[in-house]
Amino acid sequence: MAIITQLVVIGAGPGGYPAAFRAADLGLDVTLIDHEKNPGGVCLYRGCIPSKALLHVANIINESEHAKELGITYTKPKVDIKRVAEWKNEVVTKLTGGAGFLAKQRKVNYIQGNGVLIDSNNLKVTKEDGSEENLTFDNCVIATGSRPTEIPGIKVDNKKILNSKGALDLESIPKELLVIGGGYIGLEMGSVYSALGSAVTVVEMMDSILSTVDKDFSKILHKKLTKEFKEILLNTKVLEVKNTKNGIKVQFENNDGKFDHEYDKVLVSVGRKPNSENIGLENTKVVINKRGFIEIDQQRRTNDTNIFAIGDVAGDPMLAHKATHEGRVVAEVIAGEDVAYDAATVPAVIFTDPEIAWCGLTEQEAKDKNIDIKVTKFPWGASGRAITLDRTDGLTKLVFETETERILGVGLVGPGAGELISEGVLAVEMAARASDISLSIHPHPTLTETFMEAAEMFFGNSTHVIRSRRK
Amino acid sequence: MSDITLPELGEGIDEATIINIFVSPGDKIKKEQSVIEIETDKAALELPSPVDGMISEMLVSNGDVIKIGDLIAKVEEGGSTTKEKPAPKEKKKERPKIEEIAEEVVEEKDEESVKVDEHKEEEILQKEMSGRDDKTEPDNVVSIVKDENKVSAPASPSTRKLARELGIDINSIPGTDPGGRISSEDVINYAKNLIANLETTADTHRGTYQPNIPALPDFSKWGEIEKIKMGTVRRLTAENLTMAWTIPHVTNHDRADITELDQLRKMNKQKAKDAGGNLTITPILIKIVSSALKVFPEFNASIDMESNEIIYKKFVNIGFAVDTERGLYVPNIQNADKKNIIDIAVELSDISERTRNKKITPDELKGSTFTVSNLGGIGGTYFSPIIYYPDVAILGVSKSSFEPVYIDGKFEPRLMMPLSLSYDHRIIDGAAAARFLTWLVKALEEPFQILFEGK
Repeated sequence: MAIITQLVVIGAGPGGYPAAFRAADLGLDVTLIDHEKNPGGVCLYRGCIPSKALLHVANIINESEHAKELGITYTKPKVDIKRVAEWKNEVVTKLTGGAGFLAKQRKVNYIQGNGVLIDSNNLKVTKEDGSEENLTFDNCVIATGSRPTEIPGIKVDNKKILNSKGALDLESIPKELLVIGGGYIGLEMGSVYSALGSAVTVVEMMDSILSTVDKDFSKILHKKLTKEFKEILLNTKVLEVKNTKNGIKVQFENNDGKFDHEYDKVLVSVGRKPNSENIGLENTKVVINKRGFIEIDQQRRTNDTNIFAIGDVAGDPMLAHKATHEGRVVAEVIAGEDVAYDAATVPAVIFTDPEIAWCGLTEQEAKDKNIDIKVTKFPWGASGRAITLDRTDGLTKLVFETETERILGVGLVGPGAGELISEGVLAVEMAARASDISLSIHPHPTLTETFMEAAEMFFGNSTHVIRSRRK
Repeated sequence: MSDITLPELGEGIDEATIINIFVSPGDKIKKEQSVIEIETDKAALELPSPVDGMISEMLVSNGDVIKIGDLIAKVEEGGSTTKEKPAPKEKKKERPKIEEIAEEVVEEKDEESVKVDEHKEEEILQKEMSGRDDKTEPDNVVSIVKDENKVSAPASPSTRKLARELGIDINSIPGTDPGGRISSEDVINYAKNLIANLETTADTHRGTYQPNIPALPDFSKWGEIEKIKMGTVRRLTAENLTMAWTIPHVTNHDRADITELDQLRKMNKQKAKDAGGNLTITPILIKIVSSALKVFPEFNASIDMESNEIIYKKFVNIGFAVDTERGLYVPNIQNADKKNIIDIAVELSDISERTRNKKITPDELKGSTFTVSNLGGIGGTYFSPIIYYPDVAILGVSKSSFEPVYIDGKFEPRLMMPLSLSYDHRIIDGAAAARFLTWLVKALEEPFQILFEGK
């Protein structure tokens, strides 16, 4: 017997499940389909959450080592890798279980299985046990997310050659780990393995790690990682990856020529691509662009008027919090509200140590748009809080529109940048002006003061930075 | 060498969209010959060449929006130099422009999508063809093409949401907070002004005035439909009439015996023809109405509800409806009270002709104080004309016909003309309207009355 539902959401990640929940709260009859036992998606099962759990572990190890310089010496920590993995899994289970409970509470019909669109109003679900069921819907939200991009010729087996999922499984700690790709996933996982004892090498084709990130931030992180990692190979290509008896032999090429090295494991992290195939989009009027993203409008509506798309499958930036916001918007649109996705900015955070976070326009983006800007940079060496943490490797950088004093962009590097950025997001969304920030009292001693003082620098009167240019 | 530039087009108009180009480089051109057709917010018109000569360069393309004083073409004066026929007009000339725009769009988007680019190009093509720039489409019509090169308006998320709910493009709202930041108050004030003062906001935000009209159903459910974009004139007519409809209208009807007047008209027809005019009943009506307006000044007024004032106009400009293929135009005869009927007839013919040929200037379409709408040439008895805002009255004329009229104990065939006077009941009372209409009827029946009682 076919199920009839007002709304079906395909994919229960950080976009899909908030969409389903919001729609249910708005009184719609909702079916949520995902191949996992509970809602959560890559974010909760194999992404944001488990990686942050492991990065927390890495931080404890790093802090205990750092304590030496402050007069506290611990013995070298013993790592029980099984327990670490177990703890990480507990975190995942707790969160996904919680999401499953919330789905039940809201009477969302959760189906564990695989959904494929037959046409613009019908879907076939293949459940875990192989049984099939047809589902007729009024509206559909596609929230199928993304998956790691593969490099031709490098076969991920998640034994010796890993992708992010395999790396998070934490089967063992390799003596030597090669991370292919200097993006945020590679650097975060590299940091975890480095803290747990691996000698980590990062290889990147471009001339810097995090090639799309403001160099003012990436260079501070680069400096720190050079000390922790075995090496960071820039402008270097991977020519060949060969399975050997003991490990993986990798051949590189850079300006100096070819060279090779043997590693115990290799992590491939060269980006992610949208899951827009194998879900029957060809049976609908949904349009997919050349990069595989589903084309959507401001209300996240596809070319097929009752089908919507959100999250990674619907375009950059592929970030969980963007998907969640879109999920809520799309649910309200489907419930008949006249709303649209109208966020001024989607913040981005890289959870390395130091963390990097930014929102709004970067200096370069603002220049590319021919906006007359004024940039202020507050170095954390001038922050009392940063000094008490013995972490002055930070920077707060603000981009203002000169004429209106409006804040256009906020960027931070330093421990806790991921938490600090939210104030920047609020400022950018509110179209705050430099004086709105500089006149708001920030608690002392905190790292948030750097935000206030960077705004004071717009007027050339920061307390802890001596004016250099402003008359 | 002489330049053709975009001349002053009238008060409040600083740009125009090119919708047609009639000449190409190498073409010989006579003074007053149309060079291009342009469209402004108020009207479409053709731009004549100021000199005789030969077009040496065209600097604009279809769809361009040009400003007053912008160079349109260069003309080599004289024109006696008969050069060989220029190469046939290449259609391609206009194409690169479209492609350029489309390319820009692609670059801005940075992720390419074949289908969407086509969509965009189609949109641009449509704009080029219709010569219109639909910047002002309402915000809730979401375009599948994202404008990623735009910094969002300086307003908080809740303010942006408010604007969206009110159906207002936040980018069109001027912010009054320091630094031009837009507050919720700005949005509300903007919305209030939009409703209160459509006349002034029509330019920046046309088409959004729709007081609680529910959305249309999907007609295609019941059969085949065709959608055609409204032209500028039609759209403006719709907007102006919707606005005018908010005036409390009353219509009074009466009939005038024009048997004698019509004979008089026929007798003078040739005179008017010699002068270059066509003596229909309309110029006579315009003359008589002009005279009546002097006697009844409240019919030649406007109401200002903002300041609670009645504005009496000491001049008489009589508007009249001209039916063109682009829609209805209402030009006017200025100072009709100071002109004789033959003058009015000549001017009427000239203005009607120029309106149909798109040669009328926007200024000639403004400033009417009263309107005469004559449907007599087509037919019908009585109709309720809608006041041409900001006038306060309009006279509708239907087809005259012979009717038996009881005179001195017997029925006589008399030529009777149906008249319908709609008026703004806020300023004109029913009795005043009846007196006005009676005066008109009497003046039509006994034109001498004007000499006795007219001013």
